[in-house]
Amino acid sequence: MSQEHNMRRVTAIRNGTVIDHIPSGQAMRVLEMLNMNKTTSVPVSMVMNVPSKKMGTKDIIKVEDRELTQDELNRLALVAPEAHVAIIRAYSVAEKMTIQIGEEVTNVVRCTFSNCITTNLREPLAHRLRVMGREPLVLRCHYCGRPQDLEKLIGNLL
Amino acid sequence: MAGLITMDDLSNDEIQSILEDAERLLPVAEGKIYLPLLQGKILGNLFFEPSTRTRMSFETAMKRLGGDVVNLGDVKTSSVVKGETLFDTIQMVDGYTDIIAMRHPRQGAAQYAQDAARVPILNGGDGAGHHPTQTMLDLFTIKQAHGRLDGLKVILAGDLRYGRTVHSLSHALTRFGCELIFASPKLLRMPAEIVEDLTAHGANVVETEDLLSSLEEADVVYMTRIQKERFADEDEYTKVAGAYKLHASNLEGTKEDMIIMHPLPRVDEIHPSVDQTRHARYFQQAFNGVVARMALLCRLLGVKVPEDISPAGGEL
Repeated sequence: MSQEHNMRRVTAIRNGTVIDHIPSGQAMRVLEMLNMNKTTSVPVSMVMNVPSKKMGTKDIIKVEDRELTQDELNRLALVAPEAHVAIIRAYSVAEKMTIQIGEEVTNVVRCTFSNCITTNLREPLAHRLRVMGREPLVLRCHYCGRPQDLEKLIGNLL
Repeated sequence: MAGLITMDDLSNDEIQSILEDAERLLPVAEGKIYLPLLQGKILGNLFFEPSTRTRMSFETAMKRLGGDVVNLGDVKTSSVVKGETLFDTIQMVDGYTDIIAMRHPRQGAAQYAQDAARVPILNGGDGAGHHPTQTMLDLFTIKQAHGRLDGLKVILAGDLRYGRTVHSLSHALTRFGCELIFASPKLLRMPAEIVEDLTAHGANVVETEDLLSSLEEADVVYMTRIQKERFADEDEYTKVAGAYKLHASNLEGTKEDMIIMHPLPRVDEIHPSVDQTRHARYFQQAFNGVVARMALLCRLLGVKVPEDISPAGGEL
C-alpha cells in the first residue's frame, strides 16, 4: 500500500498539525502526552498500524485547527522520538518540525522511584529528568539520581 | 552557594584539600585550641529521621569553631507533621541560618532542598541515596591510617543495597583508583546501576558472598549493619547475617596495617574482641566525623582554614 493511500484513509486537513512516523501502537500515548485524549475540542483523526517503508508499520495523527508548539512536541520524545511533524496551513505544509530532546525533560513525567522526594505531589519544584543518553534514551531523575524505566515512566505523565 | 549533595560536587583536588584542612583542624576538634573561625554563623540541623553521630558531630563541629546551631527538633512536633512540604520548611530555615545540614528519609531530598535554598545544603543522608559527609570522614580515616587514598584494596561488606554510606564511598574510592570488593548476601548486593557507574568510570570491582576469604589481601575492611527487617523471615536473616560477622580470630594473617571501619551503630557484625586489635578504627572514625565536618563547614561557608594553627594565644 502506498504512502498516498495512507493519507487517504483520513481526509486532508486545511489547517493544523500532522504527526507522522509514530511507532505503531503509540498514537494513543502520543495523544495522552499532548493532553489531547480528554480535553481537546478540535477534531483529531488517528490511523494506527498503517504500512510504512521506513518503519514497517506506523501510526499517524492529524490535529485540525491547532498548531502544536515545539515545547508540546518535545514531550513526545519519550514515545515517538523519530516522529515527523508538519504544520499545515491552507492544505499545504507550511512548516516542518522535528522533536528535539534537550539536556533535561522537565515537567512531562515524574520519577518512577517510589521513594523519590518528588512522589509528594504537593512539593512545588519542577519534575526534572536528566538526559544521560539519546539512542537509546536514558533518563535519570535530577533529584534522586535513579535511572528511569521508560515503560513505567509513560504511566507517570503529569 | 553550592552545597555538598553527592561526592560529584567535589573534585579530587578539592577532596584532598578539604582533608588537609581537616588534618590541621585536629587540635581544634580535640578541644586543645579554640579557633572561632565560624563565629556569628548559624548551622540549621534538619534531621527528618533519627541520627546520633551525624547530628551530634555537625553540632560539635560548629561549636568548636565558635558558630551556633539551631535544630528542627523532633519531626513529630514540628510543622512537618502538619503536612508542610520540604520546600516550605527549607524556605523558612534558609532565612534563619547560614548553612543547613539535612537528613531525610526520601531519596533526592538533599538535591531538592538545594534547589529550593539560597544557603548551602550539606547532605547528611537522603533515603538510600548519598551520604557524602560520611564519605569525607571515611576518606579522612583511610588517609590517616595509610597516608594515601589511591590504589588501596577495600572490602565493603554487609548491606550494600540500602547502605547509603557505601554508595557514596564506593564512588569516591573509584575516583582514587582503589580496588573494590563488594561482599554481601545476594539480597543485599550493591545496586546494579551503581556497579555500572563504577565500572564505566574504570573501577575494578569484584562481587562476592564470601567476606572472610578476601580479608588477607585487604587494606581496608568497611563493615555495615545488616538489618533484620530487610528479610522476609528471621531464619533467613540469621543464616545470612552470620557470614558477615568479624571476630578477632578471623583477623589472623591479615595485613599489619589493615583497618576495620564501620559507620556505626553496630549490632553484632563486629565482635567486641575486635575492638582491642590494632585493626579497629571505627571509634576513631566516629571522632573524625567532627574534624571532617569542621573542614566542610569552613569550605562551604567560604572561610579559609589558616595554614598554621598554632596553640599560641589560643591554647586552652
